[in-house]
Amino acid sequence: MDQQKNPENSNPASRQQEYWRRNVRIMQGLLVVWFLVSFGCGILWVEPLNKIQLGGFKLGFWFAQQGSIYVFVVLIFLYVRLMNNLDREFGVEE
Amino acid sequence: MGWTGGYVLLALLLAPYLRKFGKFTVPEFIGDRYYSKAARIVAVICLILASVTYVIGQMKGIGVAFSRFLETSYNTGLFIGMGIVFIYAVLGGMKGITYTQIAQYVVLIFAYTVPAVFISLNLTDNPFPQLGLGATVGENTYLLDRLDQVVTDLGFKQYTTQTMGGQLNMLAYTLSLMIGTAGLPHVIIRFFTVPKVKDARLSAGWALVFIAILYTTAPSVASMARLNLMQTVQPGEVGAADGNLKYEERPQWMKNWEKTGLLEFEDKNGDGRIQYYDDTNPEFAAKAESYGWAGNEMVKVDKDIMVLANPEIAKLPNWVIALVVAGGLAAALSTAAGLLLAISSAVSHDLLKGVFKPDISEKDELKAGRISMVGAILLSGYFGINPPDFAAGTVAIAFGLAASSIFPALMLGIFYKPMNREGAIAGMVAGISVTLFYVFQHKGIMFIQDTAFLGSLEPNWFFGITPNAFGAVGAIVNFLVACVVCKMTAPPPSQVQDLVENIRVPKGSSGPVADH
Repeated sequence: MDQQKNPENSNPASRQQEYWRRNVRIMQGLLVVWFLVSFGCGILWVEPLNKIQLGGFKLGFWFAQQGSIYVFVVLIFLYVRLMNNLDREFGVEE
Repeated sequence: MGWTGGYVLLALLLAPYLRKFGKFTVPEFIGDRYYSKAARIVAVICLILASVTYVIGQMKGIGVAFSRFLETSYNTGLFIGMGIVFIYAVLGGMKGITYTQIAQYVVLIFAYTVPAVFISLNLTDNPFPQLGLGATVGENTYLLDRLDQVVTDLGFKQYTTQTMGGQLNMLAYTLSLMIGTAGLPHVIIRFFTVPKVKDARLSAGWALVFIAILYTTAPSVASMARLNLMQTVQPGEVGAADGNLKYEERPQWMKNWEKTGLLEFEDKNGDGRIQYYDDTNPEFAAKAESYGWAGNEMVKVDKDIMVLANPEIAKLPNWVIALVVAGGLAAALSTAAGLLLAISSAVSHDLLKGVFKPDISEKDELKAGRISMVGAILLSGYFGINPPDFAAGTVAIAFGLAASSIFPALMLGIFYKPMNREGAIAGMVAGISVTLFYVFQHKGIMFIQDTAFLGSLEPNWFFGITPNAFGAVGAIVNFLVACVVCKMTAPPPSQVQDLVENIRVPKGSSGPVADH
């Protein structure tokens, strides 16, 4: 928080650019996971994954029906956390 | 998976920014961002098309529930349902809808999970259906392995590995549902009303927690229901003379559903027993013939009855069955009401007040909203008599329409600053037209079956993509057209670019932005 002691002194436009860049980076990272879990494990690699047995589940089937959804929930809460930190760092929180 | 994945997109790509923008409706954002009343009108039309289609799906569900509950035909159930929706949404007023929705979600989750727990306990001794699905039934057989065994014995495809169409279709379908969820007006509208940008992000998270409970329970219960159904109809060995259920001894739930016309039997081989197998599977045909079977005798099983019939099939007590009906109705009613609210505000707020009659009084605005609700109920009821697909399929088409029109316009508006009016309008028009054209050519113009000039036949599908999944292609068309047209036309004015900069930062959302 204290890395930027005088936000008025730094160029507000470039700080806003930086904030936006960091925001987009967080988003991209999370969306890559989102894609890998849902489209990857749930659909594209479902056949090889189905050869792996997890208890009574074929793994690909489990990802498509349940696993991906659990990961989605984690992703959103992670996003909330990361963005709140970012907002605070740049002093743009409400 | 599709619907829940959409919440991730909503939380990350849309909710915080639309909240910061701080207006009330989706077309309002599109109108301001693209500095154009024409864009706003196009958005209204897209929104109404998607919402009305969605309400058709809900009407189908409501009709099924009422027909079973009152033991009438499906059509009578549908008419009664229309009446209830009318009272509920039109007379109940707008505030009522928002408040009761919270109560309904609670009812819905209870009504859905309680019977699921019983069903899971019955079959597997595990109270959590999500875990029960992976547990063992009887001695050492896993439930899913048993299910695969039972269905393949009767010529059906293996349950755990069946896919709808090819892999490409699955990808398109899931994508269409995901971005459709993020583009549906009645879902987005929730995030306009939270106090802060921070809350918009978090509320998407909590919404998903509840939805996740439902959407991990639902497929588990579906698998168990399938197993219960198969074992009810085929209690004995496949092919044995006394292996099948006697028609005279069929359980009460079958009799009840036969009254609604949504479940039908036909004793094709005249042995007084019910055979349920895949008579379209050529490899199984010889076997079936050797058993003396003359075709599948459960000639009609409406997919939408399974949710409601489920606890009856599992022989659960009556109060549990009542709970499921209540939950199903609560779900369909609250969704229908939310959509009707979105439709009515699109007509009264965006079309009338925003474009055609800015000096309209508040009273007239309300009246116009109610009239448009009534219109939407009648229209969707009319289509509900001959729905284009079962409830979930119709809803999927609605998601496709939202996916191909509204989502790309919103996303480009936030993330692509140079996007201009011409690009956005051309994109929305192209996206929804392509999708609608594809759906109509396979499902009939305005869903009237005889006018489907290409038929619903698989060889006519574009790369094997079903009409229900085509929203994904529509969305890609939307993005491409928007970007190409944007490159060829003038960039947006600088105050619009400032607007985009502004919504990208949470600070200052509460009051008017004065610190520039």
